[in-house]
Amino acid sequence: MTATSFDLIVIGGGPGGYVAAIRAAQLGMKAALIESEHLGGVCLNWGCIPTKALLHSAEAYYNIQHADDLGLKAKDVGFDLKKIVERSRSISKCLNAGVGHLLKKNKVSLFDGRGRLAGNGKVGIEKDGKSIAGLKAPHIILATGARPRSVPGLGPDGKLIWTYKEALVPDALPKSLLVIGSGAIGIEFASFFHTLGAEVAVVEMLPQVLPFEDEEISSRARKAFEKQGMTIHTESTVKSLKKGKGSVTARIEAAATSADIAVERVLVAAGIVGNVENIGIEGTKVAVDKSHVVTDEWCRTGEPGVYAIGDLAGPPWLAHKASHEAVVCIDKIAGAADVHPLDASLIPACTYCRPQIASVGLTEAAAKENGFDVKVGRFPYLGNGKAVAMGEAEGLVKTVFDGASGELLGAHMIGAEVTELVHGFAIARTLETTEAELMRTVFPHPTLSETMHESVLDAFQRAIHI
Amino acid sequence: MPINILMPALSPTMKEGKLAKWLKREGDAVASGDAVAEIETDKATMEVEIFDDGILGKILAAAGTEGIAVNTPIAVILEEGEDASAIDAAPPAPKAIPKAPPKPAPLPQPQTPAAPPSRQPKPTAKNSRVFASPLARRLARQEGLELTAITGSGPRQRIVKRDVDEARSGVAAAIPGQVYTEVLHTTMRKVIAKRLSEAKRTIPHFYLTSDCRVDKLLEMREVINAKAPEGKGAYKLSLNDFVVKAVALALKEVPEANVSWNDDAVRLYNSADIAIAVATPGGLITPVVHAADTKGFVEISREIKDLAGRAREGDLAPEEYQGGGFTVSNLGTYGIKAFSAIINPPQSCILAVGAAERRPVAVGDALGVATVMTCTLSVDHRSVDGAVAANFLVAYKGYIEEPLTMLLQGQNL
Repeated sequence: MTATSFDLIVIGGGPGGYVAAIRAAQLGMKAALIESEHLGGVCLNWGCIPTKALLHSAEAYYNIQHADDLGLKAKDVGFDLKKIVERSRSISKCLNAGVGHLLKKNKVSLFDGRGRLAGNGKVGIEKDGKSIAGLKAPHIILATGARPRSVPGLGPDGKLIWTYKEALVPDALPKSLLVIGSGAIGIEFASFFHTLGAEVAVVEMLPQVLPFEDEEISSRARKAFEKQGMTIHTESTVKSLKKGKGSVTARIEAAATSADIAVERVLVAAGIVGNVENIGIEGTKVAVDKSHVVTDEWCRTGEPGVYAIGDLAGPPWLAHKASHEAVVCIDKIAGAADVHPLDASLIPACTYCRPQIASVGLTEAAAKENGFDVKVGRFPYLGNGKAVAMGEAEGLVKTVFDGASGELLGAHMIGAEVTELVHGFAIARTLETTEAELMRTVFPHPTLSETMHESVLDAFQRAIHI
Repeated sequence: MPINILMPALSPTMKEGKLAKWLKREGDAVASGDAVAEIETDKATMEVEIFDDGILGKILAAAGTEGIAVNTPIAVILEEGEDASAIDAAPPAPKAIPKAPPKPAPLPQPQTPAAPPSRQPKPTAKNSRVFASPLARRLARQEGLELTAITGSGPRQRIVKRDVDEARSGVAAAIPGQVYTEVLHTTMRKVIAKRLSEAKRTIPHFYLTSDCRVDKLLEMREVINAKAPEGKGAYKLSLNDFVVKAVALALKEVPEANVSWNDDAVRLYNSADIAIAVATPGGLITPVVHAADTKGFVEISREIKDLAGRAREGDLAPEEYQGGGFTVSNLGTYGIKAFSAIINPPQSCILAVGAAERRPVAVGDALGVATVMTCTLSVDHRSVDGAVAANFLVAYKGYIEEPLTMLLQGQNL
């Protein structure tokens, strides 16, 4: 079979891969994209988007339940889980089709199958065990993503013990759920099922929930979750899961204690591993470290002409990180001007639990470890008119500055809609503003964004409303 | 009428300079005698003094601009009642002179044969907005760095934090896995590189080596140093002070070695002006002891000490290190036995002096021990032939080995 020639081949059609293909097409490259399952990857089909759909339903349900607080009357409030799930699935399907249109519009050649490096710039495509095509290109991007980490002894069975995939499409609301791992995935599902009425316990190995967030924010989040009625076990591990009929008994161990709890379902959300298998990297110079492909700042692997981006190439495991890497990688290949490696300290992270959590840059602890003379500002939602008017007075915006230069090192937020606010600080960091420009910026009144302004002022003892 | 401040010539040979720093800002009132800017040349920094009263109306060459040709306007002074609109109409009027105007050279000065071509100030220095992030601006201000001197690496060449960090450390960003760091060239380093490459490439060097016995010289030095008074008037002569004197006297004896080559003529110097190679943190510099043949040992010693000390501080006036007809480079204190130096253009000769050390020597047919200092003369064959150079070295060796004869010439102690 003769191989069809392209300028670029992308293996994997998630938020890294499809963006790479479109960016390449924009720059005049003839691009091919190989996807075996569904365009948009985990993000669009089994991650970011469908979970946001579920969480939106849950939030609306919560608000209607608390209608009385707003002077509204709502009777016989309930939900239809089947419809909630159907809505979530149809949103994914709709956006999935949207990615297809974008690829078509940009004249990206789409191949339905499994791509695999075949050496010398060639990629073989298989479908149902049969080789269906051979492609060739000087540049090949691996963007095959990641899958849930399976912990020995805690293997998901898809029935009683779930991964996020099963948690996205539950037949019925479990009475009780044990979530193993308190990263964004674990916490978002904990929040969803708890809001709908399930009893939820979360087990985290590290000392704080959402381990990568600022300690102060994590601690507030934990208090909020516990106040809602969730059970949180930190510095604890699940030693064993014993499956019964329709329920699971989990042994939870902490430093000195050990306890068994019985739950209907378990969600294992203890991190992810890269999809490095069956992509043909064996025998190449593509190096793998702890299930992720090793790359340099331009996403290059050890093998000339082979690149890796997104979850496959290491943390942070975020769709927007994958998309940005895609653009950096392609721009570098195309020799575009002004290409700079992606700076991880500029990547915001969001968790859509209730209350929401968002951050960018260094935590206070990390800033201190890095030797900065740190100035910290804090402003509570309680001091913000809009937040109080919305009935969302629980929240905090924390800013971390380098006292010497005034550089905004990091921002950490918890409260209503903070995921929609954090980009303000991300822009500030990317543009390298100091506290002076942030102070001078006019934030509209009344908005939640005023908490950001006040937090900056507070770092320099100039807050007005506190 | 607005008055132009021009790039001053800090020395007779200066062709261009770098505007190191503005001491006044646009809009500042200035008066005659004020220093308004600092100019950096190859090897020194000096202030620009003005002789008019008024307002510093406009800065034309931003701080950090390199290679500004002498007599190029660098700023405009507005006199009473004038406003900025008068600036464009102002014809160039050379008015500024440096605070320390070079005295007329008392003796013929060698001319630099190939002055570097004058470059125009960067066009960006004039009326242009510098794009820099607020953080970069603040860091540059804190570090006293001029943004105009920094190249931006951000979007559309915007200056960002990492650019200032790099400029601050003078070191290019370390790329992961890179096994070196880069130290950017200073003006001085560039001049050294340019002059010495040119010298080694274009001058047909040849080398003469002579072992000089210095037992008598050391003896004499001991006697003279023992006579040194305490406190005021104290001195301590070094071996090199005698070397400089001996070189100067030998040049008087063989004036054909005290010359420089240019395309049209060989220039013979009337005075024995000896340049001394001094190592400074920034690089090599060669202050000059003028008419060393006419000076006593103590005077030479004091002068060298003063010049070398100020050279290390970067505090020499241009005329103190420019010129000279012959250079002495002494690595004896480092224990170097012998070496060959690169000629310091436009001069024709440089003497490389090694360490005075106890060595076995033939005394008649027997083997004895003596203190010997190896001296190597590098010579430009275009202007000085082998026999002339040999005559010079013989004369020099004569003074070094029989130091009392030095007292018969010129001035004594």
